[in-house]
Amino acid sequence: MLFVPSFLKSFELSPIGFGHKCVVIIQLSGGNDGLNTIVPFTNDVYYQKRPKLAIPPKSVISLNAELGFNPAMQALKEVYDQGYMGIINNVGYPNPDRSHFRSMDIWHTASGADEYLSSGWVGRYLDSDCAGCTHNYNAIEVDDTLSLAMKGQFNKAIAVKDARQLYNNTREPFFKDIVSETDRAMLSDDNLGYLYKTMIETSSSADYIFQTSKTYKNNFDYPKSDFANQLKTISTFINSGLSTRVYYVSLSGFDTHVGQSAKQDKLLKTYAEGIAAFVNDLKKNNNWNDTLLMTFSEFGRRVEQNASEGTDHGTASNVFVFSGSLKKNGIINSGPDLSNLEEGDLKFQVDFRSVYSEILGSWLQANSQQILGKSFEMLGFI
Amino acid sequence: MNNQKKIQHLYARAGFGLDYATYTSTLTVGEHVDLLFDKSRKSDPVLVVDRSLLPRKDIKDLPKIKQVELLEEAVKYGKKLNVSWLNQMSSCDTVLREKMCLFWHGHFACRTLNPVFAQDLNNIQRQYALGSFKELLLAVSKSPAMLEFLNNKQNRKQHPNENFARELMELFTIGRGHYTEQDIKESARAFTGWTFDVKGNFEMKLAQHDEGEKTFMGRKGNFGGEDIINILLEQKQTAHFICSKLYRFFVNDTVDDGVVAGLTESFYNSGYDIQKLMTELFGADWFYDEKNIGTKIKSPVELLLGLNRSFGLKYNEPKTLFYIQKVLGQILFLPPNVSGWPGGKNWIDSSSLMFRLKLASLLLDGGLIEVEEKDDNPEDYKEMMEKEKKAQAKVERKIKAETDWGTFSASIPKGISKRDLGEFLLSVIPSRPFLEQIIDPGADNLKSAVVEFLSSPEYQMC
Repeated sequence: MLFVPSFLKSFELSPIGFGHKCVVIIQLSGGNDGLNTIVPFTNDVYYQKRPKLAIPPKSVISLNAELGFNPAMQALKEVYDQGYMGIINNVGYPNPDRSHFRSMDIWHTASGADEYLSSGWVGRYLDSDCAGCTHNYNAIEVDDTLSLAMKGQFNKAIAVKDARQLYNNTREPFFKDIVSETDRAMLSDDNLGYLYKTMIETSSSADYIFQTSKTYKNNFDYPKSDFANQLKTISTFINSGLSTRVYYVSLSGFDTHVGQSAKQDKLLKTYAEGIAAFVNDLKKNNNWNDTLLMTFSEFGRRVEQNASEGTDHGTASNVFVFSGSLKKNGIINSGPDLSNLEEGDLKFQVDFRSVYSEILGSWLQANSQQILGKSFEMLGFI
Repeated sequence: MNNQKKIQHLYARAGFGLDYATYTSTLTVGEHVDLLFDKSRKSDPVLVVDRSLLPRKDIKDLPKIKQVELLEEAVKYGKKLNVSWLNQMSSCDTVLREKMCLFWHGHFACRTLNPVFAQDLNNIQRQYALGSFKELLLAVSKSPAMLEFLNNKQNRKQHPNENFARELMELFTIGRGHYTEQDIKESARAFTGWTFDVKGNFEMKLAQHDEGEKTFMGRKGNFGGEDIINILLEQKQTAHFICSKLYRFFVNDTVDDGVVAGLTESFYNSGYDIQKLMTELFGADWFYDEKNIGTKIKSPVELLLGLNRSFGLKYNEPKTLFYIQKVLGQILFLPPNVSGWPGGKNWIDSSSLMFRLKLASLLLDGGLIEVEEKDDNPEDYKEMMEKEKKAQAKVERKIKAETDWGTFSASIPKGISKRDLGEFLLSVIPSRPFLEQIIDPGADNLKSAVVEFLSSPEYQMC
């Protein structure tokens, strides 16, 4: 048991709760081309604008009369057919920004295009007052570094790629001593105080995460990729009963300015196979109905292909949601309207913050208006 | 504030730390500033990547196996380049130039698969590090690395690719909010035709260049890329943007508007003379203000180099250097995205902090941090220490780093008090509980005390 000074009692463990809902955010970094992921295979404009890049209708795995999967998404067909997947089309925001840095920040901070927030939406969830957000381990990013989305004004989530390693690092006698000698005055607001606060929180969280997750042995068969491995780590955390509410993971490489087909197909295959395994793992452990996945990218890409068999940064694109408890599934709203573009780009129909709003409010039972700054109309998918 | 503290601060920011002799030298602060600039007069390029690794036009015609071989060579040399630069920064006396080069490396963030291009760009940033920002900007914009990374090779008349034009304004010069999307479109047109040849030299392909009139930032003309750059430099906002970034990197995470306004005027009026600007910065009273001393969190590279330089660390496995950079979140030549490394508190979270605190002990003593036994958990303590001692040999085999402990210990006066030792090693005075409960009882020799100081949160500050 880690020794902590008495005034830091608030870092003590809270009771483990099974049956609570959690969300897994999957970020596709680089700007995934939504049009070649969910393909409008009966649309002439699509084929006119992408003579080299469009997916031929025969290859598309049709989902309804107008839209279908890029064949690289094959592994998700069964998940889709079982009603576990929802596709939300034309998700974006007013005055879209086509800079990676800026648009990703907008999605991470849930800001308007002309606002500059320095805290992330999941971080602000941790800041807010609710049952599932009192500890920083209530949001975990499975990565070596923490994204802006996971950093609140007062609290940060914890980045854990390997629970055992983090735990071992914090159990050193020397660090235990430093933690026990830390007094309240040292937890100041400046940079050094920040280091001390982080140190104490880390020790406490690492202990909890390791002790809990080691009780579950994950033998499920996952495909061989870093991405699948990270999903396997998340399923271990979920299945062991960790009281974490939000998980975050990313897959990068989607910035396909040049030679898009090969690159995107490979990534979509990695994505689809990983998610399919993850879904089945959670189902097997009876946790699928309490889990919600959301996949997004910082923007889609231009309708017309460029001169290098690729596409440039665009605007609105699709968002995928997955759960055993979806209230709406399949193609949730109308597909992309290619005859009504804005300077060659898709116009958004759904503000991404309404997706966040639903996740925060309906699924996580948090105060989404407080976290997002205002209220948004929800789609009713969960 | 005493001279020693100011000198320690100067070398922490303008370089990568200092040795005991420098710390206690009788030169004035001003003389040290001059010395730093003097030593950085020369520019030693990093030249480890063979030019035979330039991208080949015929690569698709080669057998698949040869293509794979070439790709593996490129990766191997990319790593070599990373390690070479780290080694150069670890042993050079041109510390100011290398520190400026590191700043420009982050400012002009770029990722390229071709190690020759990466090396060339690095040498450009080193050559012009303390020179004219205009020349630096032009040379970087014409470098194959940047042209390729920002897809300007694909920017052609009738089929513009806006990536380069966008980042030039957003990240390299004027910053967001000072141009329109239309300016980007027009700028992209001006840069059409800017490409490079098989020898890695800039090339202007006239056939791909859009010769028409462009309207850029209110000006009309048949602008080419150089014209766009000149117009951008004419905007004082560019000087302001650069000065703000320099301030955040060298002085404080929080910008002092008054100070930066002054630096902006100097920089702009001097025609973007970097050496003049940095001389002003390191010579100013405000640079040595209490609020700026020991208040920045070291970047991963600064942390690593501080240790390398202080203890003459030699790595038998370059892999180790890679691993360290990766876990800490900063790999040279691999910035996370076009805007480089955000820095400050962003370096710190649960996992990176724990590794930072362990780093010194891993490199200097096989991961061992000697600690005095505490009464409350004697069995626990004993077990952990035994584990650590057993692991020590294993860690040493894995890390494969050699320390020149002899030179370091010879430089420290015999019988130095732990307090004084702490003040030399750390930019921030260690807390009393740390000194009284941990350092005083625990360390009974110089090495143990040093390792303990270097494992404190305070050592992360500079």
